[in-house]
Amino acid sequence: MNWAVTKNNRVLPLKNIPVLDMVQLRDGIIGKCSRGMRPILFFADRREKSPMLYAALADDDNSRILVSSADISTIKKYNAITPAVPSFHLFERELHEETGIVPEGHPWLKQVRYSWNRFNRAETMENYPFYTMEGEEMHEVAVGPIHAGVIEPGHFRFMCQGEDVYHLEIQLGYQHRGMEDLFVKWKKKSAIHLAESIAGDTVIGHASAYAAAVETLCGTEISRRAQSIRAIALELERLAIHIGDMGAIANDVAYLIGNAVFGATRTIAINTLLAICGSRFGRSLVREGGVLYDISAPLAREIKTNLKKIHDDVTLMGETMFNSAGVLSRLDHTGTVDTDTAKSIGLVGPAARASGVPLDVRTDHPFGIYRYFPVHKLVLYSGDVFARTYVRYMEVKQSIDFIFEQIDNLPADKPLIMETGRQQPACLSISMTEGWRGEIVHAAVTGRSGKIERYKVKDPSFNNWYGLALAVRDNGISDFPLCNKSFNLSYSGHDL
Amino acid sequence: MIMIVKAVNLALLFLLPFFFAGLINRVKSRLSGRMGPPILQPVKDFVKLMKKSEVISVSTSLVFIIAPSITLGSVIVAGLLVPMSGGSSILSFDADFILFAYLLGLGKFFSIISAMDTGSSFEGMGASREGTFAGLVEPPFFITIASLGLLGGGISFSGLMKIPFGTGDLTGLVFLMGVVALFIMVIVEGCRVPVDDPNTHLELTMIHEVMILDNSGPGLGYLTYSSWMKMVVMGSIIANLIIPEELYYAWSLLLFLAVIALLAMVIGIIETVMARLRMTHIPQFLFFMTSISIVVLSTIVLFISGGLK
Repeated sequence: MNWAVTKNNRVLPLKNIPVLDMVQLRDGIIGKCSRGMRPILFFADRREKSPMLYAALADDDNSRILVSSADISTIKKYNAITPAVPSFHLFERELHEETGIVPEGHPWLKQVRYSWNRFNRAETMENYPFYTMEGEEMHEVAVGPIHAGVIEPGHFRFMCQGEDVYHLEIQLGYQHRGMEDLFVKWKKKSAIHLAESIAGDTVIGHASAYAAAVETLCGTEISRRAQSIRAIALELERLAIHIGDMGAIANDVAYLIGNAVFGATRTIAINTLLAICGSRFGRSLVREGGVLYDISAPLAREIKTNLKKIHDDVTLMGETMFNSAGVLSRLDHTGTVDTDTAKSIGLVGPAARASGVPLDVRTDHPFGIYRYFPVHKLVLYSGDVFARTYVRYMEVKQSIDFIFEQIDNLPADKPLIMETGRQQPACLSISMTEGWRGEIVHAAVTGRSGKIERYKVKDPSFNNWYGLALAVRDNGISDFPLCNKSFNLSYSGHDL
Repeated sequence: MIMIVKAVNLALLFLLPFFFAGLINRVKSRLSGRMGPPILQPVKDFVKLMKKSEVISVSTSLVFIIAPSITLGSVIVAGLLVPMSGGSSILSFDADFILFAYLLGLGKFFSIISAMDTGSSFEGMGASREGTFAGLVEPPFFITIASLGLLGGGISFSGLMKIPFGTGDLTGLVFLMGVVALFIMVIVEGCRVPVDDPNTHLELTMIHEVMILDNSGPGLGYLTYSSWMKMVVMGSIIANLIIPEELYYAWSLLLFLAVIALLAMVIGIIETVMARLRMTHIPQFLFFMTSISIVVLSTIVLFISGGLK
């Protein structure tokens, strides 16, 4: 057996993970990926004398996760997986950046988060061989890293012929804070605050993923009521951000009324989170072992009143907007990512579902209350800005229905929050959560004392940024902001 | 009397742009459920900009410094040629509309080369878009104005306006089409939705806004003010097509103000309920203006030659 089989939120002792050599691991990965599996983790653990490389593949059809590893203590280079499995390209770049190991034959071995090679200071961004195009009418447009408005830093370089974009090169890393190391260095009780700060717009998503990873290591099953409240918060976060995104997309096509109405409706949604936990972004709700705040009967009534209003406003505005010829002519056939491309580069979340790739952790690898209350995958096939907007619109409605169902069936069991107990030593726990942006994966590796000694975070932005680069090809450069907004990716989630 | 009218018109030329811009913003705010800024907010903005000092990039030359003044100056002189209240313009001579068009062109030329002067890739892109679209609206403008002149028997702006309503069913129709063509020109010259989005913060989609990214202080004030004034000047042409001539001056003035206010409201409504056109579709929209102007021309030619009764 070259692969250990596990599931979402199930602890896996390190001794059960097969240790292969790099060639076997590479062949195994290529073989599995050709049969429809996809990478969710590919990271090095360098803390002991023999550094290990862990690879985890998701088998979505059977709700399984396959894990294997390789000893990389003597490895300096290997044949890259990316040419065979393109969705590995960023994982291999990350591995190269963190360990100095060279995946030979990788088509685009650029640093991910640093502006120099940490193992060879002579290689910096100043002498990086950027893509160039030559010709009379070719020109390059550089945008950022400082942008207009209060958004995060990131650099975009467009290679254009006139108004048409041939290629977009995205350079990130300006937000790198060393998150993964901080999870190990900080005291355990502070780590949840780190999780809440991985991406400021996915507080509930990342906090739930971290909490689940720790609870798995401790073997704690939190109360059904706490699971339900987490799911309510997760869906509130999803619908709030989705509504905000629809407003932002309306703003980008100068559709003022859509921006105004969706903007106002989003406020109701985040104020509902405020009513639950005292933070409009859901901070301090999710903790290891449960949640800090209960949903009382009067609060449940308030949530239902708010959701009713949100539902009515979003439906009215959505029907108007998606029937406006002017809006549709901007959204249709803009920024298309077709199904094959989306699959091969490994898109996740609403961006994948809009391109006809049915991926949803809530259904594929159910966690928490979603094990008892499944959600349907909402999939569209055109893969353009319209599809990404309309998937959001459908998901908002689905989330509202889901929250109504949860509030009406809120389990009464106690306690809201429990002691998590000791973490099992020498184990790997993989925790997947469907945040509003897509699949969030957290992985924790514990040492001999049970303390977390390697923590790995994969935000959906990590998968999806390259999708944006492909979406704008052959589009007008003036449609880039619209494509960008339709993905709405996180800089800090990618940079960690 | 005529001196008073001209004095009033001069005052209108300088004051109306503020009201016009303020009214558009107020309509947009109210329609999208907000209180919105006061109608005279543009005055405060303009005064604020005038008090500021200017930041001038070291990569620019003299062109960048003089361009805002030339742009504003050209729009003011163009405004002097256009009849405003009471159907009388401050300056008038034969074929003055040709000077008018080229004054606007001069202003545009300087704002384009000043944008190129900064060396920014954004501004170069904006300049290329502005140049393309300006080129596309110039021919229909000439065709429309010249055709209406043919019908009115005059070859100056003041001559165009000598057609009262009711001379025939056909003139009303032709006028309506002329008004539509000129209204599109107001939108293009004023850089409004659906051609341009004055509120966007996204450099890559901008046309006019991206060209003035490097301007600040009084220079930015001049450019913003001249863009509001252009809309009022174009709006005056429309107003004078609509307003009947034999009226007491007071009525004529009131009607003129009402038509200008109506225009601002229509622009505000369009900006609220319409999305902006895709950049590649804007030329189609401008060709629409061209085709209307050609219909106006051919109808009038047929009418004059007696082909149409």
